[in-house]
Amino acid sequence: MKQMTILLSKPGLDGHDVGVKVLAYALKDAGFNVIYTGLRKSIEEIVAQAEVVNADMIGLSILSGTHLILCQRMQEVLDERGIAIPWLVGGNIPHGDKGAIEGFGAVAAFPTGTKVEEVITFLKEFQTE
Amino acid sequence: MSSQDKKTDGDKSFDASVNDVKKVLLESGIEVKPLYTREDMQDSEADQSIPGQYPFTRGIHPEMYRKRPFTIRQYAGFASPEETNKRFKFLIENGQTGLNVAFDLPTQCGFDSDDPRTLGEVGRVGMSVDTLDDFEIAFDGIDLDKITVSLTINGAAIVLMAMYFALAEKRGYDVKMLRGTAQNDILKEFIGRGTWIFPVDSSVKLVVDTVEYCANHVPKYSPVSVCGYHIRESGANPVQEMAYAFCIAKAYTDETLKRGVDIDEFASRLSFNFDIYGNLFEQIAKFRGGRRLWAKIIREDYNAKNDKSSWMRMIAGGGGGGLTKEQPENNIIRSAYYALISALSGTQTMALCSYDEAYTIPTEKAAELSLRTMQILIHEMGICDTVDPLGGSYYVEALTDRFETEIQEEMKTVEALGGIVEAVASGKIQEKVSHQAYDREKGIQTGEIPKVGVNMFQKDEDPKPVEFHPYNVDAANYQIEKLQRIKNDRNGEKVQSCLEKLREDCLQNVNLMPTVIEAVKAYVSVGEIIQVMKDVYGEYEEPIFF
Repeated sequence: MKQMTILLSKPGLDGHDVGVKVLAYALKDAGFNVIYTGLRKSIEEIVAQAEVVNADMIGLSILSGTHLILCQRMQEVLDERGIAIPWLVGGNIPHGDKGAIEGFGAVAAFPTGTKVEEVITFLKEFQTE
Repeated sequence: MSSQDKKTDGDKSFDASVNDVKKVLLESGIEVKPLYTREDMQDSEADQSIPGQYPFTRGIHPEMYRKRPFTIRQYAGFASPEETNKRFKFLIENGQTGLNVAFDLPTQCGFDSDDPRTLGEVGRVGMSVDTLDDFEIAFDGIDLDKITVSLTINGAAIVLMAMYFALAEKRGYDVKMLRGTAQNDILKEFIGRGTWIFPVDSSVKLVVDTVEYCANHVPKYSPVSVCGYHIRESGANPVQEMAYAFCIAKAYTDETLKRGVDIDEFASRLSFNFDIYGNLFEQIAKFRGGRRLWAKIIREDYNAKNDKSSWMRMIAGGGGGGLTKEQPENNIIRSAYYALISALSGTQTMALCSYDEAYTIPTEKAAELSLRTMQILIHEMGICDTVDPLGGSYYVEALTDRFETEIQEEMKTVEALGGIVEAVASGKIQEKVSHQAYDREKGIQTGEIPKVGVNMFQKDEDPKPVEFHPYNVDAANYQIEKLQRIKNDRNGEKVQSCLEKLREDCLQNVNLMPTVIEAVKAYVSVGEIIQVMKDVYGEYEEPIFF
């Protein structure tokens, strides 16, 4: 199977990057091609980079509570540019917001405390589907 | 442990292989023996150590908490200057002696509230500040010489410190009497927390501007609180936490000395912010050994004459890294132990995370519990009666000695990377600690690192009610309107001349503090000031190591 390329990013101004870096290492160890954008990227920048690197999945890490606003913007920018890269979110996601985030178009929303294995399993299943 | 295993140094009195007990390694990699005796203290400096005397292993004051308990300082951040003002008044009425100001991310990253990059962030994680007007509202009716204010600000610290000094000057206070602390430790922001703005060298230059300015004009104010805390939260172990913090403090010190400021004019105003979670004895030894080492560095390497210069003053409290989302009530117990550790380590100031902070905004009840935890410790446990009650413990003293050595060794590894400024600019420190964070996460997930409620003694739980303050669009709009109103009302010519002067100062490489103070007095905004600095210094580009 083709190696999946995952673009991980930190949108907005949130500087909590321990989780996203841990995930980056774990996904690399699990055989994924991981590209990390670093902090403080606009949704536009993230989508542009995802196109350049030909990402199969975009992962947004958001812990500041801005997830609803940023996720809505995410799908808007993808639609505006006619790009169909699937995306998911991880971070401080209240249980009640999961539905809203998936409603915007995310394929998954993983709250803090999610085991890394769970994300890896999800990605592998997503790829085979 | 097999008999072929290499014995650790000093391991003479107790042979673990004979007694068939499992090997214990602390998070810092130090091996712990099952028993410590007088023999382990033979080379120790412990016997001569007296609290309040160099090298201050047992505490920086002779009487410590008998004279005055540690200061309780809880972090408080509220969306608007108006709400912050109300909260401050409440805390003062409830006996809190120090106020801690949290800022929203736009303020921390140097953006005005009306900047499009602040989408959804205005007033979210703390107080939104655009101009001096916001400070005037937040501190309205609060006597600035009765309180100490701690500003949790880094990238934009020079501007927010200037605002606080400008506020005091405008209200007629003598800034020489002003007390308080700014976090203002930009080097750790590159390792963890991430509110950097400018490239590493320029960032350090701005910190040094504030240190130099305070040494000359606001001598009772602590311009920098060097944060091992966030470094540990990013994955560093306890030895690295201290070592990197000391390297950072030394970097600011070296640069300040180059400005011709005497070591005794500023070293006593540098303070530290450290993390507590994990092994109780390891943390206590970390602080005692660290305090001794820092004293020696300042006196021996920098020839400080004043004892106060070599004090490792600290705020140390419960680390978020130790708290869990699972069985969150356990965090109440953990935090009480962290508070005990902090007090047994001779802290000057204590702050605890709320037990629900790992997954949601702390409730009023949770915040009150943190406060009560510290008050019970002070008033019921006898913790204030006797200085350094663990002094003389074979184990604690042996571990203290070991920590002093290990921290020193770790500092040498930073030097080998070209010094902390270079090691941070290249991303080498970030790469190291983030990989350790990954290893730690693996350890927790496999159960190798025991965590009650997470990988042992679990139980089925309902999903925790994760809450955020609902984003208050009206409040954000109010803040933006207020900024517009200020921009319309202020003297535009004065604003322009302040910004021109600032640009000139940046180019001339002089201390920016006086000009920034003049600018904020003219209601020039945080975003406007930071933008001029960005034009001259450029912006930080994060090294990516994946």
